[in-house]
Amino acid sequence: MSEELLKYYRQEVFPTPFCPGCGHGILMGAIVRAIHDIDMPWESMLFASGIGCAAWIPSPHYKADTLHTLHGRPVAFATGAKLFNPNLNVVVISGDGDLAAIGGNHLIHAARRNIDMTVICANNQIYGMTGGQVAPTSDLGDTTVTTPWGNPEPPFDLSKLVAAAGASYVARYSVTQIHYLIKALKKALQTKGFSFVEVLSPCPTQYGKFRGIKAAQELYKDLKSRLVNQKDAQSMSRDVLRGKFATGEFVIS
Amino acid sequence: MVQGVLTLHKAFDTMEAVSKICKPVLAPGAHFLMGDEAAAEGAIAAGCRFFAGYPITPASETMQHIVNRFRDVGGVFVQMEDEIGSISAMVGAAWAGAKSMTATSGPGLSLMMECVGYAAFTETPIVIVDIQRAGPATGQATRPGSGDIQQVKWGSHGDYQIIALSPWSIQEMYELTIEAFNLSERYRTPAFLLADEGVGHLREQVLIPETHVIWDRPYALGKPPFGEDALDGVPPMPKFGDGENLLVTGSTHDPWGYRKTQDSKVHHTLVHRLNRKVMDHADEIARVESYWMDDADIAVVAYGFTARAAYYAVKSFRDRERKVGLLRLITIWPLAERAVKEILGNTKHIVIPEMNLGQMAREIERLVDVQITRIAQVNGEVMTPTPILEALETCT
Repeated sequence: MSEELLKYYRQEVFPTPFCPGCGHGILMGAIVRAIHDIDMPWESMLFASGIGCAAWIPSPHYKADTLHTLHGRPVAFATGAKLFNPNLNVVVISGDGDLAAIGGNHLIHAARRNIDMTVICANNQIYGMTGGQVAPTSDLGDTTVTTPWGNPEPPFDLSKLVAAAGASYVARYSVTQIHYLIKALKKALQTKGFSFVEVLSPCPTQYGKFRGIKAAQELYKDLKSRLVNQKDAQSMSRDVLRGKFATGEFVIS
Repeated sequence: MVQGVLTLHKAFDTMEAVSKICKPVLAPGAHFLMGDEAAAEGAIAAGCRFFAGYPITPASETMQHIVNRFRDVGGVFVQMEDEIGSISAMVGAAWAGAKSMTATSGPGLSLMMECVGYAAFTETPIVIVDIQRAGPATGQATRPGSGDIQQVKWGSHGDYQIIALSPWSIQEMYELTIEAFNLSERYRTPAFLLADEGVGHLREQVLIPETHVIWDRPYALGKPPFGEDALDGVPPMPKFGDGENLLVTGSTHDPWGYRKTQDSKVHHTLVHRLNRKVMDHADEIARVESYWMDDADIAVVAYGFTARAAYYAVKSFRDRERKVGLLRLITIWPLAERAVKEILGNTKHIVIPEMNLGQMAREIERLVDVQITRIAQVNGEVMTPTPILEALETCT
């Protein structure tokens, strides 16, 4: 982290609580870099987050107005703040379980409304903070603490879901694609309307463990092997794509 | 129709909540309104400029009225996807500086409960109008009940305090909504207007006074927004965009808002202060009205729409030279414990009519050692004087 970017953080709360090998630390820095690079006034930011590891990215680490809400509700809280004070630049940072399971309804309605905010979903395909329960983004067959014999349910394609709901900008990148991720975050922040960036951010402690991948580096290699460019993905069958992620931009306005 | 301007005095940079005298938005004088509408007008008079709601019988009229009136006075309205979204948006808007409101009924209030606890724990002023209907569950949507008396206090988990007021007229639907906002701002805690379908859908005259008092939340920059040296104090509440780098969280937090989920002292101090800031001031907050209690041997204790029937019954007995009085609870929570004990302490018999199975009666039973007759009416109808008169006959 370069010196000039440290000013955005409450350094007194470091070190972060993230596990060794967690992708959220990378995402935390990527978001700050994106805001800094486009000269979005830091004082105008409002960061809302729900409950879960990803929700701790802005709260308390970002030295800005932060709103740490109830599980699943940051988008709804943020909607109220933005409607009353449209001058706030509202960014929601939360996890896949928080935004798409318990928070799914607020997510799709905010996309439908096309309210001017950016939602960054850190997708690790698991409920990490609570010990590794299955998420609506876990793959079919995944072993988790609540699917010990393999997940019988298929996952959401979150980017497609939010795109269909009406968002103005939708993109999906992995923390291993840092250059494209930061570009997408910048575009999302600058798009007028509802922006959604799905960020694949691995959880070695829970997800890696259950997949039998002990070392964090192996989990990152595994994730990279599952990424497909979204243009290529368009000509692939569902069977081939199972367990993989199409990365790229899905909606640009 | 709209005359007069809500004059907003400059807020002082002070640790204390600030009151100011305002002119109403509706022209002073007589108006004929439905209860739900009067609550909306009271909110506007109190300075409410954010409403997030969801349709529910019998409260939808409040929402429908305010969306139109907000065009006149410049407010922000949103119909959210559900009640949970509504109360969440209210809290977000409150931290952006708004006086926020919603209107719902029992089922919607049940959905909002988690966030009521969040608002209490983060000391966020919000006002919820609850037009109670016959329950439980879907119940009888278009008929009255008083089933939320306990839910409004205990509906969320943990130990916290809320303020709840019970109107018995359209005049009070207007006035007590203003009072709910004022109390919510002064004590930085959720406040409820506990009405019911009886008074919500009734139409009566409202007299709008020349001026009224409104209170704003304590406001100061550079001070801890979630802690006070005083063990029962209310800290100042800045808003997003003030440059305070606010740390609002539903986790246990220290005076500056830093999460402290492993600190016993912080949790103990916070929970105690949040409860004491209301309970230590219960005598100032809780209001009652008593009629003919000075020499009464028998008392009727009632609130809300039911108190109208109780007043008629008690007055009839008075006209027959019987020593009966009425204690009307205007504030449901916090309980007016001192007033209740003082006023009822010397009676010999108490009759408590309610449109529920004795949700307030159980509180009075706990507070005074006097024989109590409950009239528990749960048939979806408003209380008439008849059962109260019958009960009073058996008292002597």
